[in-house]
Amino acid sequence: MIRTDGLTKRYGRVTAVDDLTLEVREGDRFGFLGPNGSGKTTTVRMLLGLVLPTSGAVELLGGRVGRATLAEVGALVEGPAFVSHLSGRANLRLSDAAGPGGTRSSRRRRVEEALEQVGLDGVDRRPVRAYSLGMRQRLGLAAALLRRPRLLVLDEPTNGLDPQGIREVRDLLLELNRQGTTVFLSSHLLSEVEALCTRIGVLDRGRMVLQGELGQFQQPTGLVQVLTDDVAQAVALLGPVVQERYPDGVLVRSDDPVRLNAALVGAGVRVRALNPQRRTLEAAVLEATGDGTDRVSA
Amino acid sequence: MIAVELRKLLRRPRTWVSIALLALLPTIVAVFLAVSDVAPRPGTGPAFLSAVLDNGALYPAAALAIVLPLFLPVAVAVVAGDAIAGEAQAGTLRYLLVRPVGRTRLLVAKLVSVMAYALLAVVVVAVTGYAVGTQLFGSGPLPSVSGTELSTGAATLRTVLAVLYVGWSMLGVAAVALFLSTVTDSPLAAALGAIALLVTSGVLVGLEASASVQPYLPTRYWLAFVDLFRDPVLTRDLVRGTALQGVYIAVFLAAAWANFTTKDVTS
Repeated sequence: MIRTDGLTKRYGRVTAVDDLTLEVREGDRFGFLGPNGSGKTTTVRMLLGLVLPTSGAVELLGGRVGRATLAEVGALVEGPAFVSHLSGRANLRLSDAAGPGGTRSSRRRRVEEALEQVGLDGVDRRPVRAYSLGMRQRLGLAAALLRRPRLLVLDEPTNGLDPQGIREVRDLLLELNRQGTTVFLSSHLLSEVEALCTRIGVLDRGRMVLQGELGQFQQPTGLVQVLTDDVAQAVALLGPVVQERYPDGVLVRSDDPVRLNAALVGAGVRVRALNPQRRTLEAAVLEATGDGTDRVSA
Repeated sequence: MIAVELRKLLRRPRTWVSIALLALLPTIVAVFLAVSDVAPRPGTGPAFLSAVLDNGALYPAAALAIVLPLFLPVAVAVVAGDAIAGEAQAGTLRYLLVRPVGRTRLLVAKLVSVMAYALLAVVVVAVTGYAVGTQLFGSGPLPSVSGTELSTGAATLRTVLAVLYVGWSMLGVAAVALFLSTVTDSPLAAALGAIALLVTSGVLVGLEASASVQPYLPTRYWLAFVDLFRDPVLTRDLVRGTALQGVYIAVFLAAAWANFTTKDVTS
């Protein structure tokens, strides 16, 4: 769906995006992560033809970034924006009429469907400037969904939403993805990406530092946390594989939690819980990236 | 896209408020003239005003002459300066472009919408001028500036030509403002830049020392539409004015296109 090859953007002497190779496959839920100022937005803008690359190429839905391909892409870039003195409906109608595709007679239906998808179907004729931040965000999402796109490019789509709203948006994106829409989600919120995405790419200072299946960054670490009241007994039984000792448990190196549990219980240790540890995405990302680039230290 | 831009223009309160104000100015002037019955001496004040007391049918032309030097070009510069920069500032430009609307197509639609605004303003001013003029001063056969009488048909034709000439002059203003609008993301800066050019041009036109550059200044031939009401029509300045505006329009529209189609949209 998206393929970039050696994508580079320089502003004067500053290199915002450096030799980026990105691949998003059909049906992916791709999470594009990176600290603020790492070049995420510049990359998204290049994917959408807003910013022209200094060098390198973007392939969008198997073609050039242009009228034919962009017509099948829905986007939310750096917050929603509307004609503020018109209502949400009027804005969607104008947006629908502005570009290619779709008949005039089905416009009302498309607009109503998009509003319903984001939970704004009951919205009245108030102008957009009277909307709350969350309503605007939903309307922005509705505008992206208006043309039933094959690819959704979303930049911080849950910005300004309350926890319920975030949940609704996530469920909506999952449902759309089940129906075949590819989702490209750019965010600096790890939790959001972790909850939604199947593949991730991590950008740091304009370079892609990690790219792959989400699962491969969440491998078991080979450590198991055992919670028990019989700490001393457990340590005596397990010996050198105990890595760490807490007041209410131990951290054990073990590849097989089942056998570990059987051994402990067999020896009369009262096991309350057994937690095999996994690497967190956060650890993987922090390992791969440096300080945030908006940090200005001496 | 053109239909969308026209709809946006017509649904915008600013459009109607500014046109109402444009029409109000000649109305105020007419009321003062009618109440005091003191016309400017011939040769002073805005064109035609000295003659309107005798014949209200001349007032549309007088109304155009009143708004043309300053009010109308400022209004056109504000609307044209807002065209691209206003979308950029509101953040809607990126959504239009990814919708997708081609950049050239968007620029053309904006230009058409600005022209529709200018023509609408000119026509409203002329129609208001006619209504106010004939009500307050009465009407009669239209005398030309040269003293001979014009038939109603000829007078209407000349008024229409005057409206078109003023519209063409405003297109020159619109082209400059539209170019600046593609350069900056601030609609205010774009409008101000275009107005600055017009004020500079206006000052130089009035200055004898700058006679050598005057034939090339954008505002030099604006008031030549007055020549349409002479008998016979004095075409020299009209032709020069039309050609000069044509050059300004072509150059600045080409610059606007070249800049906008190759520009990074970071707003």
